[in-house]
Amino acid sequence: MTGTGLSLSLLTTLAWRNLWRQRRRTAVMLVAIALGVWSMVTLAALYRGLFEQQLRSAILNLTGHIQIHAPKYRDDPTIEHSMPAPDAILLAALNQPDIDAWAPRVRVPGVISSERESAGITLIGIDPSAEHGLSFIPTAVTSGRYLDSTGDNGLLLGRELAARLETGVGKRVVVMSQDADNQIADRGFRVAGIFDAEGESEETAYVFTGLHVAQAMLKLDSKISEIAVMTPDRDHLAVQLARLRAAAPGFEVEPWTVVQPLLVLTVRISEIMMYIWFAVVFLAMSFGLVNTLLMAVFERTREIGLFQALGMKPGFITIQVLVESVMLLAVGLLVGNAASWASIAWLHDGIDLSRFAKGMEMVGYGTHLFPYVAARDVVTANLLVIVLGIVASLYPAYRASRYVPVEAITRT
Amino acid sequence: MGITLRLAWRNLWRHSRRTWLTVSAIAFAAALLVFMITLQLGAYDMIIDVTLRVFPGQMQVQHEGYNDKPKMRSTIPDADVLAQRIRQHTAASAVAVRGFGFALASSRDRSYGAQVVGVQPQYEGGVSTIPRLVESGRYLSTERAEEVVLGEALARNLRLKVGGELTLLGSGKDGSMAATVLPVVGIFRSGSPEIDRNMIEMPLATFQDVFGMGGDAHAIVIDSPDLKQVPQVLAEVQSLLPSGADIVVLPWQKLMPGLEQLIRVDMTSAWFTYLSLIVVVTFSILNTFVMSVMERTREFGIMLALGATPGTIGRLVVLESVLLTLIGLAIGLALGTGVSFYYFVNGLAFPGLKELYAQYGLPGTLHPQISPVALLLGPAAILVFTSIAALYPALRIRKLQPVDAIHAI
Repeated sequence: MTGTGLSLSLLTTLAWRNLWRQRRRTAVMLVAIALGVWSMVTLAALYRGLFEQQLRSAILNLTGHIQIHAPKYRDDPTIEHSMPAPDAILLAALNQPDIDAWAPRVRVPGVISSERESAGITLIGIDPSAEHGLSFIPTAVTSGRYLDSTGDNGLLLGRELAARLETGVGKRVVVMSQDADNQIADRGFRVAGIFDAEGESEETAYVFTGLHVAQAMLKLDSKISEIAVMTPDRDHLAVQLARLRAAAPGFEVEPWTVVQPLLVLTVRISEIMMYIWFAVVFLAMSFGLVNTLLMAVFERTREIGLFQALGMKPGFITIQVLVESVMLLAVGLLVGNAASWASIAWLHDGIDLSRFAKGMEMVGYGTHLFPYVAARDVVTANLLVIVLGIVASLYPAYRASRYVPVEAITRT
Repeated sequence: MGITLRLAWRNLWRHSRRTWLTVSAIAFAAALLVFMITLQLGAYDMIIDVTLRVFPGQMQVQHEGYNDKPKMRSTIPDADVLAQRIRQHTAASAVAVRGFGFALASSRDRSYGAQVVGVQPQYEGGVSTIPRLVESGRYLSTERAEEVVLGEALARNLRLKVGGELTLLGSGKDGSMAATVLPVVGIFRSGSPEIDRNMIEMPLATFQDVFGMGGDAHAIVIDSPDLKQVPQVLAEVQSLLPSGADIVVLPWQKLMPGLEQLIRVDMTSAWFTYLSLIVVVTFSILNTFVMSVMERTREFGIMLALGATPGTIGRLVVLESVLLTLIGLAIGLALGTGVSFYYFVNGLAFPGLKELYAQYGLPGTLHPQISPVALLLGPAAILVFTSIAALYPALRIRKLQPVDAIHAI
């Protein structure tokens, strides 16, 4: 456009001033754009919060980032498919700075009975101190005490299970399971603590005792069912996976995405739905944008004609309208992003959904929803608005450049 | 009013492009909302139907408190007699008695804890899909037969096949030992992982013998011909219950409180997104409303000078906006209803879902709910918001002074 002798700074000044000739109209359009962006970014943060929570609780729910098993265990999780305790090579691979926590576990199906009721459970033998930062259990015990060592013969029950069994801290229960020789093993336990979990299903599914106690009861010697590993970043596991696979040949070393495939799929689908919704909100906004720009162009018919008569090229006029539109969009985005930032900060303490606890649990959500901002969503929302916004402005900009100067000047 | 209406109509078409753009914005939002809301309500109906059909049923008669704390002792005495009366005296389409117990189930080399359900083989098919989903062997034959069927995952875990023997060890109603060995006659795959991994069914009379129940049972499962008839059948059943015996009848909302809450959460979050769309659309068209008033300042000035009251002009402007909105809503409603109706007739099948559900004897296609509420809810919400938006320019007219207005550009 340099051929016209008009500089870019003149262009932007013109566009900026044009924008504020009709303050009210620009303000209304700004609100529409800002609202659109606000709803995109905020809704995305809320949905992300849901996914994030779902992922985190699934990972804390005894999954971890990486699991190591005997080859057939995942298919048929029984005592037959136990694995030996980690040898020196695997230990060296596990005790590295890029692994935050790891723990061996014994995990077998069983039956628990109080003097009144029985229930099916999963008996888990744990190393109590190794579970810190790896699973929910160390911080979940709310009455009684947590286990203190691998030799601790106390039992931890979920609150809901304890209620169903009509038992409590200090009472005795019997746990039955199948031991390594395929015989029914049973053992009396004293309830050491009661834990509260996010959902009823964890509270009824799991009972915990010391690792060595479980191994002795099941005649497992030093064998275990699995090793769970926690890393600093769940999305970048390649290094650890490669090292652990090399250190544990013949074992299955799988990341959480393989252990919980359904979860990954759910998040993917919801992500796509979210982006479709972005497009819908944008479309609603674009009708107003096009209308507003068209109006701005029509009411300046005479002025544009005059510019053209004075030698301004049609291309320059197109660009000027586009710059106007970009400025409008940019200011709207700025306000919208600021508003979403404010509302997300306001929701920092989470939205209380405990009224819907049972429903939320059916889909693996907790009772509090914490917004979670993913940079990817914010960038997508902003890019979508600005790029498609420019595309939508092309028509009004093109119209503006099509006036025949003489006709335009004489039009009232 | 006649002249105002005609004026408003003509004014609308003075800028036909602008009017059409605005109408399209409204029509787009309305069509989208109509389709989404009907689809959403249809999806809820489907989820409820599918969930209840597999096993829980639409209503259950239970001992009071059993649903929250399923205890062996909380039973319905002479359940069969009560079930028979319900069959004869209500509009229920299916009535089946069940007993629930828990046992350690063992095969030769494996043991798992499992839920044991005593069922009436001749009636169970009316309230559950499981009898039709036996993938090997057959379903239970008679109420007295000494046999079991079990879920596919449980059978796999126990390494049991049809013809194998299952040892059950549990405790009976009075706390005594309940133990028996029964042949496996069938293995079912219900599609619910929870049930397939965890459930054993046996004939009710056999169950009552093994678990020392006498003639008692834990639940009478009742289905009505249609979800809409649940309240009516519920009331009929209620009147048949023995008074003072702590026996209650619970609709599915009480049996599965999670299901209803889930729907309410989903509904709330959906409305949050719908409202944000409506507000964006409203602001997006507010400019058109304001603009069409501003550019006619001179014209309004002349009208005022000729004796029109600000009230008349205000009404004219509101009427224009409302007409515009109504055209948009009508087009949107027609489009949305058309799409919804198409899927109502043909069903909306998600790739994969239909095959998956069909395998388990469940309807796999989604049918939008076509009802006045589902159709009109979205457009009504849009009308409310745009009407508020239309008031703003109309109120500005009150400030107009004829002489100044005529001189405005």
